[in-house]
Amino acid sequence: MKFSEHWLRAWVNPKMDSDALAHLLTMAGLEVAAVEPAAGPLEKIVVGRVREVASHPDADRLRVCQVDAGVHGIVRVVCGAPNVQVGMAAPLALPGASIGGNTIRRSKLRGVESGGMLCSASELDLGEGADGLLRLDGARAGTPLAEHLQTDDRVIEIELTPNRGDCLSIAGVAREVSALSRTRLRPPKLRPVPAASRARFPVRLDNPEGCPLYAGRVIKGINPRARTPDWMRERLRRGGQRSLGPLVDVTNYVMLELGQPMHAFDLDKLKGGIRVRNSCAGESLELLDGSQARLDDDRTLLIADDNGPLALAGIMGGAASAVGDRTRNLFLESACFDPVRIGLRARALGLVTESAYRFERGVSPDLQRLAMERATALLLEIVGGTAGPVIEARAKSFPPQPRAIRLRLAQAERLLGMPLKAKDVVAGLGRLGVRLKETGAGSWQALAPAHRPDLEQEWDLIEEIARLEGLDRIPERVPRGDLQATTVPETRLAERRVRQLLADRDFREVVTYSFIDPQRAAAICPDEKPLVLDNPISQELSVMRASLWPGLLGCIEYNRNRQQRRLRLFESGRVFLRAGGELRQPRHVAAAICGERLAAQWDGEAGDADFYDLKGDLQALLDLAGAGEAEFLPEPHPALHPGKCARVRAGGRDLGWLGCLHPALQKTLDLGVDIVLFELDLELLLERPLPAYAAISRFPANRRDLAVVVDANQAAAGVAAVIRKHAGEALTKLELFDVYRGKGIDSTKKSLAFGLTLQALSRTLTDRDVDEILARVIQGLRNDLGAELRNSN
Amino acid sequence: MQQLIEKLKTAALAEIAAAGDERGLDEVRVRYLGKKGELTAQLKGIGQLPPAERPHAGQWINQAKAVLQEALDARRIALQGATLDQALAEERIDVTLPGRGRGRGGRHPVTRTLERLEDIFSSMGFEVAEGPEIEDEFHNFEALNIPASHPARAMHDTFYLPGQLLLRTHTSPVQVRYMQAHQPPFRIIAPGRVYRCDSDATHTPMFHQVEGLMVGPAVSFADLKGTLLEFLEHYFDRRIRLRLRPSYFPFTEPSAEVDIGCVMCDGAGCRVCKRTGWLEILGCGMVHPEVFRHVGIDAEENTGFAFGIGVERLAMLRYGVDDLRLYFENDLAFLEQFD
Repeated sequence: MKFSEHWLRAWVNPKMDSDALAHLLTMAGLEVAAVEPAAGPLEKIVVGRVREVASHPDADRLRVCQVDAGVHGIVRVVCGAPNVQVGMAAPLALPGASIGGNTIRRSKLRGVESGGMLCSASELDLGEGADGLLRLDGARAGTPLAEHLQTDDRVIEIELTPNRGDCLSIAGVAREVSALSRTRLRPPKLRPVPAASRARFPVRLDNPEGCPLYAGRVIKGINPRARTPDWMRERLRRGGQRSLGPLVDVTNYVMLELGQPMHAFDLDKLKGGIRVRNSCAGESLELLDGSQARLDDDRTLLIADDNGPLALAGIMGGAASAVGDRTRNLFLESACFDPVRIGLRARALGLVTESAYRFERGVSPDLQRLAMERATALLLEIVGGTAGPVIEARAKSFPPQPRAIRLRLAQAERLLGMPLKAKDVVAGLGRLGVRLKETGAGSWQALAPAHRPDLEQEWDLIEEIARLEGLDRIPERVPRGDLQATTVPETRLAERRVRQLLADRDFREVVTYSFIDPQRAAAICPDEKPLVLDNPISQELSVMRASLWPGLLGCIEYNRNRQQRRLRLFESGRVFLRAGGELRQPRHVAAAICGERLAAQWDGEAGDADFYDLKGDLQALLDLAGAGEAEFLPEPHPALHPGKCARVRAGGRDLGWLGCLHPALQKTLDLGVDIVLFELDLELLLERPLPAYAAISRFPANRRDLAVVVDANQAAAGVAAVIRKHAGEALTKLELFDVYRGKGIDSTKKSLAFGLTLQALSRTLTDRDVDEILARVIQGLRNDLGAELRNSN
Repeated sequence: MQQLIEKLKTAALAEIAAAGDERGLDEVRVRYLGKKGELTAQLKGIGQLPPAERPHAGQWINQAKAVLQEALDARRIALQGATLDQALAEERIDVTLPGRGRGRGGRHPVTRTLERLEDIFSSMGFEVAEGPEIEDEFHNFEALNIPASHPARAMHDTFYLPGQLLLRTHTSPVQVRYMQAHQPPFRIIAPGRVYRCDSDATHTPMFHQVEGLMVGPAVSFADLKGTLLEFLEHYFDRRIRLRLRPSYFPFTEPSAEVDIGCVMCDGAGCRVCKRTGWLEILGCGMVHPEVFRHVGIDAEENTGFAFGIGVERLAMLRYGVDDLRLYFENDLAFLEQFD
């Protein structure tokens, strides 16, 4: 909320400058977002009164005016404004004045000399509406404009938290400043305006929960040509409100001043009487802003007459019943609406107006009558007319009775962690309008003032005590606690260890958005129906990821577009799955590599990274997780090359996938490079076994090499398994050290060379023992796989 | 006799000094000290000398042998040294060439910061808790005293999903889940991703928070301030000035926004602190009794504090990152500056 500092100081004037005042507000929780001058310097701009207007000899649209500038004499001004009139006062920029960055000079306009410029509001940054000269009221010619408009003022903008609706007015902020600075509050004298006629208009409450109080008043015979006085227009402008004619301006002024949103209807456009009721299906209403509100429900609170809806209660008025420059008779509304109802509807309709904003945050139930009297007084002063009596319809429960709150000094001290003095508490809360009745030593019954509906229970009052004391006065104390250990089991691998391993193995960690492009999602996880956001930021960020791969591929694309060829990236984070109808959000870890195997080497090409490079990293990761014996099963994955793709399995559980991106996908995604990827379920990796010691043999080991020829598409892991099976427990180590296809081998076959280390726990193996084992292995390979020993020549 | 031996010795020493390599040196040794060597021959001839001369002659010869042996050894070492030097010189490599193999990657700065926060709070006895990112209205709002009608709901810019689900707008739901499952006293932090439907120069639709929560029989606002100061001084490795401004969060009361004296300019005023000397760094407060009620903790027996820290913001201040969006562009040129 924005307001004029002058206006505030008219209510309460603490002995402190603007900066100190801003600091006071900020440190009390009314955060000052900005303090800005109310207007530009306005130098050499004075009030000018137009004495004569004549047509320009050479231009149809220009007028030659004689303008009285008081001590500056009579100035001839050539002016193009359509509303220039004899007798009007308007801002006159004299030579040397600066308007919109241009300096005003004496100059000839189409042959006629002009000694200044008559200005509009927008030219002076004093508001919108460039439809003509800014009309000034009650000003003496020659008075500096800054003086006339009192622009030595500042506009203070505060950002209010939702609980402080009571500060959405000059009166509210003034009350707060008064309590904080211990300065007396001097509100303007607001006297009730007695009825000068018996003019009434009936009001009925059909929904007293939604509208517990509705006050109305008829004012007849107003002057439709009256204008909003300059002082009011300026206060409105500094409060962020446009001037929209005196009737609307007065209601807005009272809203800014007291916090009560009001509405003015053109009485002649109303029929029968006012009913405050819920909308009915099929009703609609054209609003003041020209939009059409469809009310296809029975939840919207309406102000209606016999003809139908007139206004969205507390939100916005309707176009048909609006006041305008032909309004002669009006009906003023000052009501109390249910905050919840107004807030929900305003947000649902996207109409969070100044009025709705205030009602949602709670308008004090003691304001309606006061605001009505204030608005009446201002209207009679500005537009004249005769006011009828205030008409009121109220719910039985209105006004709500304040709830008694128990307040204990000990509880406040315990919560804040500092000693407090009872008399400070009583005095401080008293300044905020809280009434306290002592019920024992350090114990009170408290009644909050009507304008503070946020004070509902003891903690709310303790917060006020803390605010008045100042949070800076609360000491800083490192908490004391029991010395309980907070470690995790030894078999639990810390997730950060996984990330560290990958980082140490030359991977860069990325963090990508959890929502991704639905096309990418479908391309990579065609089997997973993704969760779609109702209100995404954009179409490209509209579905929840079921895999980390789309994000990694996006990073590869982004960096390749920036001349990065060699990329090794990983990410860990949640994916969102709903296979089987149940939503799961497991953490995954994934990596992707492309480009050269190693950063540029000076002694030879390392070549491009392939499947086995990433598999090496993956195996190191599995080894860390105690899953070094994981199997790689050649199974298809829709996003991966069917021949370069493996499901990773360990301990009877599927851990994830490893493979090369499917060439078709690489083409669709326009990635122009071979990419190898893996993705694992991180949760499954984090449980690992404890190391369990096994006895070490003290007898020598024997190493034998074995080269076998098998079918070319025989998996190496299968051959190793057969060797293990037949070698028995004497085999302590099995290494595959060569894979060969080519000359000397049938083209449908390949040769695999294994190194076997044989060792027994209790004795030295003799050559005969070793030969027997080898013979068994060779026989086994022959029987199980049809394998043959490779000829040694 | 003596003269003869002296002559042989002189000749031998000259030859030793002249030997160019180990082989040449060995030839000299054989010539003088070998089985048929000249000095050896002299020794053998001693028997033919008159008995009176024999002891002297033996002494002269043995002395000469010793001198020669010493000279031979010295020369051998010298020759060996030279050979080695030459070989070493030939084997010299350019030690400035880069090492072979792959380098090291690194963690994302957000991860680095998160891990640091976890370490600091762990050392203060806080346990790390986690929760889902797709949440329901109860855990994200209602249990935190933000009913559907509350104006604060509108300020959360929530992403919604079908089935009354949403992306958590803060890490506070983890508080709720933890308190539902545990009885006080406890102290936890909950790091993780959060989402707000907002995207511009200073907002990304996803970011990271660390939630803190401590509940016990007498946890006070003073404990909250002490904990935050302790954390911030360890995080920034320096003295920190705290400033607390009253604020409002539905789930804490009293609530505060915490500012620290600008760590960039020491409060003198700079671009980062917008010339105010202060940096807004986190929000905090005492757990609202309504939240305790929702999770079944007795608010008369217990009090607690909670805080929420923006991780990207902390990382920006620590490492001087000046654009939030850099974190999620994942440009290698950016990532390579961290490990």
